[in-house]
Amino acid sequence: MCEKVLKINNLGKKYFIGERVSYTALRDVLVSKLKAPFKKAASREKNFIWALRDVTFDVNDGDILGIIGRNGAGKSTLLKILSRITRPTTGSAEIRGRVGSLLEVGTGFHPELTGRENIYLNGAILGMHRTEINRKFDEIVAFSEIEKFIDTPVKFYSSGMYVRLAFSVAAHLEPEILLVDEVLAVGDAGFQKKCLGRMSEVSREGRTILFVSHNMHAVRKLCSRAIFLENGGIEAAGEPGTVINNYLSRVKDAQLSQVWEDMAAAPGNDAIRMHKVQIQLTEDEAEQLTVWTSFKIEFYFWNLEPGLKLNLSMRLYNFENILLFNSTSVFESHWHGKPFKKGLYKSTCYVPGKLLNDGMYYIDLLFIKDTTTRVCHFDNLLTFEIGEEEASRPGKWYGKYVGVVRPFLQWETEYIADPAHETKNV
Amino acid sequence: MDKDFYKILPPRKGVSFDFKEMWDYRELLYFFIWKDIKVRYKQTAVGALWAVIQPFFTMIVFSLFFGILAKIPSDGLPYPLFYYSALLPWTFFANALIHTTNTMVENQRLITKVYFPRIFLPLSSVLSGLLDFFVASSILLLMMVFYGIVPHWQILYFPLFVLLTIVTALGVGLWFSALNALYRDFRYTVTFIVQFWMFASPVAYPSSMVPAKWQWLYGLNPMAGIIDGFRWAVLGKGNPPGITFLVSFTIILILLGGGLIFFRKMETEIADRV
Repeated sequence: MCEKVLKINNLGKKYFIGERVSYTALRDVLVSKLKAPFKKAASREKNFIWALRDVTFDVNDGDILGIIGRNGAGKSTLLKILSRITRPTTGSAEIRGRVGSLLEVGTGFHPELTGRENIYLNGAILGMHRTEINRKFDEIVAFSEIEKFIDTPVKFYSSGMYVRLAFSVAAHLEPEILLVDEVLAVGDAGFQKKCLGRMSEVSREGRTILFVSHNMHAVRKLCSRAIFLENGGIEAAGEPGTVINNYLSRVKDAQLSQVWEDMAAAPGNDAIRMHKVQIQLTEDEAEQLTVWTSFKIEFYFWNLEPGLKLNLSMRLYNFENILLFNSTSVFESHWHGKPFKKGLYKSTCYVPGKLLNDGMYYIDLLFIKDTTTRVCHFDNLLTFEIGEEEASRPGKWYGKYVGVVRPFLQWETEYIADPAHETKNV
Repeated sequence: MDKDFYKILPPRKGVSFDFKEMWDYRELLYFFIWKDIKVRYKQTAVGALWAVIQPFFTMIVFSLFFGILAKIPSDGLPYPLFYYSALLPWTFFANALIHTTNTMVENQRLITKVYFPRIFLPLSSVLSGLLDFFVASSILLLMMVFYGIVPHWQILYFPLFVLLTIVTALGVGLWFSALNALYRDFRYTVTFIVQFWMFASPVAYPSSMVPAKWQWLYGLNPMAGIIDGFRWAVLGKGNPPGITFLVSFTIILILLGGGLIFFRKMETEIADRV
């Protein structure tokens, strides 16, 4: 049982900055060549980052390996290399058997083709042979629950039917190694549930799974091992509980404050200079920033222009760049509406718990004088992550909660009447 | 479960082709061609008829203006036959270029999500045009019956010239699809290139109009040798393959080889752009 199915050795991936722009225009290249015909095509050697560096690990047959880490830590790059979409810069990865992934759901579907035709096309794209698709065809159709519409072009499908069919094909691939990137599959809660359900099924069959997730709860429950990636390297590996704790403490330390000791070098202008931004938990017993904990954001700043009547305006964005809210200090009782003297100030914004969803967030801050004129703007002042609260998940569902916020609302269910009772008047 | 390990390694300096892998994936190539044909015929109301309309109407226009009005010589062949026999490979070639140019960009989502030999995209684009080509060929057959032209022994060369047209289309298509993947505005130049290319090829005039001492230069356009050969094989008139053809043939090989290498290089680079 302890046979290795995946051997990763010193794997590294270097990206040149600028290569991540999706395309160049021939026009721009020609124009720049005409302007400076002897200049080399930009000194690209200097501008690179290692998205992965010296990553070495093995995976045994039947393992469920959780891969955790912050955004940009290299998780997706690793999956991309393993699914052969991009090639490494250094090292090697040896794979035994077929690699499938649940992030390819629906790729290659053509709207003009019927459900039946798309099953064959998509199956072939995912690496199935025609005989194999023939054999599994009925099963795929049954699983997707769209028997009636199997000969209708998929452009007439509802999005739910489309996803069901696509997922059904992917789920019947039966790869030796399954890659699941939960981060990319955000959206449909039902779909997430299906993904996770399929994962545990696959694992019961003794197959190997690599599971990338921000959902610590799911990693803890489902995985037999975990690795924590940080800045492209492996920071910790081993038993999921230990690795997760390591990750959570790191997230807390690194992200929750930012200090500028030297005023001249601090962000700002002649009127305002930032000194420090930090997030503090407001409940004593809380250890980590989770969906349930309340917290405060403290802004320390220097006012350099006496007499300014200042107020602060903070915007909170999530990592899909959706603005969650804008909050201003106009109802602050001590200093609002009064002229600020020169000196260091601290403004605190209190954010209640049980409000935000889990995920990454960042803050923009605006200083405004006389409640109308912008004095200074700080873009992306602080980035932080709100983690999962395990106590918030009774039951067996491990999927991501959808939605921009995740308020904890009160619910009540009452027993009204037995079935024989007339319920028209209720 | 005694399967071998597959090894993922950094790209090597040189250019290599994994023909065994392409063979393993051959069913996917078939499915790509099948999809192209299905979608193309579903999207046009007239379906297969479209394959005939394009060369047929061009033939009528050419016969009227270049033939009857401008009186351009046709090596003694009836104008409709003279033009149609050239428009057949030309239309295939031109359509293949236009389709192939866009194929990497159209399938970008696929490329960023699943692995398969990328060369199948331009290859299937070119090959899926063959159905149109054969449908249109049947009209040529009817025309030959109508004009009472009996094919000579040269007709045996017909498959060879079809193959050469495919290879040329693939050679140029590899360049175009790779260029368009790297520079998205490249496709705007393709319609112009195709138009220009047609007048540099013996479609609307016989290649015998080109002075003998310039024939070798004319052959630098690979389609010159191919179209000439096509007419010769099907209608038995015109120039048998000579110096033009030899030059064209060499160019075709260079185009294909260069195209393969360029495409391969682009393939590794493009994967990092997403």
